[in-house]
Parts: sequence; structure tokens; C-alpha cells
Amino acid sequence: MTYTEITSLALIIVVLVDIFVFKTSMLTTRGFWASYAIVLPFQLLTNWWLTSNEIVSYSPDTIIGLRIAGAPIEDLLFGFAMMVGFLSFWVYRNERRAAIASASR
Amino acid sequence: MPRYGYLVMLLFTMAGSWWLEWAFKLRVLRRIGFTLMTILPISAFFVLWDWIAIHSGHWDFDYSQTLGLELAFGLPLEEYLFFIIIPLAIILTYEGVTRLKPQWRDRHNEERAS
Repeated sequence: MTYTEITSLALIIVVLVDIFVFKTSMLTTRGFWASYAIVLPFQLLTNWWLTSNEIVSYSPDTIIGLRIAGAPIEDLLFGFAMMVGFLSFWVYRNERRAAIASASR
Repeated sequence: MPRYGYLVMLLFTMAGSWWLEWAFKLRVLRRIGFTLMTILPISAFFVLWDWIAIHSGHWDFDYSQTLGLELAFGLPLEEYLFFIIIPLAIILTYEGVTRLKPQWRDRHNEERAS
């Protein structure tokens, strides 16, 4: 699998887990998108740092070659998948903890 | 100081996000045990993905720009720290946003009447 394929696949898995496993539907919350709007410029900046200094370098065979601020477009999908994955489990754990706390009261 | 190239990026991310904890009294870092227990299982998934990508030759690190500590799966220390520091920044951002706008936590199918 290329980086493009594996990233697309992982993004789909993360979104399905968000909707059907943790049942958090992060993509329907304003909080998620507002946070993404804040995080995205920082992702572009730090990604640019890592790629322009060649701290991380990519094999040209495994990416489609479209780059934004020096970083391959696949990295943006990777970052988006991280946002969904971590926030989904964060919200799930906090809601479950709150439910347990109110049930034991 | 090329050895600190990757570390500088992580420190920048920490500086850019950790202040939110105190500015908004978020209790993300204060409950660091709970927070790490939330981050680490998801990080394991992303580290696995990372490891597959590196072994498939998708990308590689310039080890001369890392501290030089190689941990499990041949990943540099900084790459493991990445999967703790970045999620912390994401969670702090989300908690900061929803501290200012609590109703923004609501999902589309269960929006509040108000």
C-alpha cells in the first residue's frame, strides 16, 4: 500500500470508530471544527519545519505529490485523522466518567 | 544544533498549547493520569501506522536531527514524544474552545433547545 492508500484507509477507520464504536460523532460538533481551525495552521507550520529541514523525508513513489507548505497532502489527512481519533476517545472517556459519577450519586 | 531539530518542534508545540491549561483552568494536565490513559491507546494505533509506513518505505527520519535515542520499532524518541505532545495540544485546544463555548460540545442530533 502507498502512503496515500494507507492514510485514506486509516482515516475511514477512525471516522467509523468515532461514529459507531465511541458514538461521539465529533464531525457534527462545532467544537471539533473550531479546534481544527486553530490546530491546522500550527500543523502546517510544524509540518513545514519537519519537511523543509528534511527531518522527515518522503519516498516520491508513495505519495501523489501534491504538497502544501512543503508537506505532502497525505500529512494533512494524517493530522485530521489524529484530531478525530484523539478527540473522539477523549470525549467518550469524559462522558463515561461523568455518567458513572452521576449514577453513583 | 541539528540534533535538536525535531525536539525544537515539540517544544514549540508545548509552548503553544500548555498555557491554555492555566489560562482556562482546564484540568487536562492536572489530571495527567486520566489524560495519558486516554491518549496512549489511540497513540498505539498511530505508532503502528507509523511503523508500517516506515517499513513500507513511505518516509524516513534524518537521525542526525534527533537526539539519537532509538526506541522500539526503530523509531526515534522524538517520534514517541510526538504522539503524546500533539494529542495533548489537540485536547487542550478542544477543552479551551469548549470552555469558552460549552454548547459547541453538542452533537448535531442532540443540540440543546436554547
